[in-house]
Amino acid sequence: MLALRRLNRAMVYGALIILALLYLVPVYVVLVTSLKVNSAISLSQMWNLPSSISLSSVAAAWGQLGPNFLNSFELAVPATLVSALLGSLNGYALSKWRFRGSSVVFFLILFGMFIPYQSVLIPLLRVLDTIGLYNTIVGLILVHVVYGIPITTLIFRNFYMAIPDEIIESGKIDGTGYWGIFRHIILPLSIPGFVVAAIWQFTQVWNNFLFAVALTNPPNQPVTVALVNIAGSQTVQWNVQMASALLVSIPTLIVYILLGKYFVRGLLAGSVKG
Amino acid sequence: MGNGTELPHNPAEPAPWISTKQGGARVKRRRVSWDQFSAVATLAPSLLLLGVFVYGFIAWTGYVSFTNWNSFIPTFSFAGWQNYISVFNTFRFQSDLRNIVVFTVLFILGCLVVGMALALLIDQRIRAESLFRSIFIFPMAISFVVTGVIWSWILNPQTGVNLILKAFGVKTLPTWFLSTTIVPNITLGQIQIGIPLALFAVLLAAVWQMSGFAMAVYLAGLRAISEDIKEAARIDGSGGWRMFWSIILPQLRSTTTTIVIILTAASLKVFGLVYAMTGPGQEFVTDMPSLNMFQTTFQGDQFAQGAAIAIVILLLMAIFIVPYLISTLRQGRAS
Repeated sequence: MLALRRLNRAMVYGALIILALLYLVPVYVVLVTSLKVNSAISLSQMWNLPSSISLSSVAAAWGQLGPNFLNSFELAVPATLVSALLGSLNGYALSKWRFRGSSVVFFLILFGMFIPYQSVLIPLLRVLDTIGLYNTIVGLILVHVVYGIPITTLIFRNFYMAIPDEIIESGKIDGTGYWGIFRHIILPLSIPGFVVAAIWQFTQVWNNFLFAVALTNPPNQPVTVALVNIAGSQTVQWNVQMASALLVSIPTLIVYILLGKYFVRGLLAGSVKG
Repeated sequence: MGNGTELPHNPAEPAPWISTKQGGARVKRRRVSWDQFSAVATLAPSLLLLGVFVYGFIAWTGYVSFTNWNSFIPTFSFAGWQNYISVFNTFRFQSDLRNIVVFTVLFILGCLVVGMALALLIDQRIRAESLFRSIFIFPMAISFVVTGVIWSWILNPQTGVNLILKAFGVKTLPTWFLSTTIVPNITLGQIQIGIPLALFAVLLAAVWQMSGFAMAVYLAGLRAISEDIKEAARIDGSGGWRMFWSIILPQLRSTTTTIVIILTAASLKVFGLVYAMTGPGQEFVTDMPSLNMFQTTFQGDQFAQGAAIAIVILLLMAIFIVPYLISTLRQGRAS
């Protein structure tokens, strides 16, 4: 019996380790390729470690992506902050002050999360062009804030549902009103909610490609578009492509490594609990 | 606004028919109504924005899809169903529909099987659990276009995985996303119905990226199954597999539904991955409706036809999402 259990444990760990290594194959490929120099790139040596570590590919990638990095930060940081704030306000209203029709309102908000954005792209482009925000970072911020409302509202609504209503009731008995309760009771409890919403939104905005490619031209493009441009040109070597892929992923990966627990909470919040 | 009890009657205040039940407090006080007005007022800007950017724009796209706007210059003369008819009659869109169905089914199956396997393994009270979880979920933090670029290198037929296969003595190496083979290849309309083998390359990348989501949701579901139930099954003498099929899987039915719905929505939207990895592919073997819409509209200036494609994608999505949202919101209210 004991031997069987031992065998079972060994199989569990064996399977997990093999699977983990498979999941890390792309990481290995990106690292070894982007640390090679141009001349060391050959199709037959793809899996080999670099004979000497060189940062020249990373430097070349940075030379092409650098300005786009700035664009992406200028886009993602404000979009994340505004989205999180709106989500918090909406979530508070929907979880603690249910009014007639509030579930219909919630439905109408949530639906916006699932739409294929192609179905709004033509009017979006026209409107942004009309108000002078086409091909600007500000325009992209607006777009991400608006289409981020459903998910941040959902995250905060679920988060506030877990705060007992008694706390609100006690606030009401003390004569505190809607905004007073928000400011003095809810907001101080909201930090984990803000972390979850902000991480999720930052990742989404940073990684987005469709809005970026449809609504901006050089030099206003975020990093994802710049990466695709680099990868699509026949003249760029694989080591520079992989180094670019690496650079584009670093900000969201840092956030993930530092705050992974909250990222997973955002992931689970996306699966809509009524 | 804080001392609402002293407020004079506000004309904008909601009438008493707005329900005032809030937890246990059933006392009808004017301030409760005022607070509820504040709740509606808080939501108003977001609702206005979504009303325009989601519902208004969808209506607008729908309108465009019935016009003759198929050149650089906007024209809004009525075209009836003409755009839909032309789109459905193209080789490209027929291929898209085949591809999106094949892709969605295999993508969801792949994520469910892999996600469940990972969740079951991780649920075995293992050491370094958080490390393993992090490894399986980290691809979710990466952009789809990054995934596309990386996997187009890994699956490049001249190198990558094929080098390893060659080392193992495989004679006929797969051409991955460059393959134009369709299995089983039944002619229907203008296209061949079957599974385009090139899609397996895209699927590999997509499952690598999204299976962590299925794993995380399954793991949360597994942890919610009470130990008593699992224990009872063990005392019963149900073996591992039987316990899985007869106890665990039925308990995870609603979890599975959730994963299927979310992944369906993600799959129907798939864009960046295909754009960066393969593009439409030869004979459109890896093309998707989302990609077709984008190129038709913004590179081909066929705005009305692009709008028609967009509406078709939206309807496909709504078939899955609307019933799901309604039923989960109902459940939430009941509990």
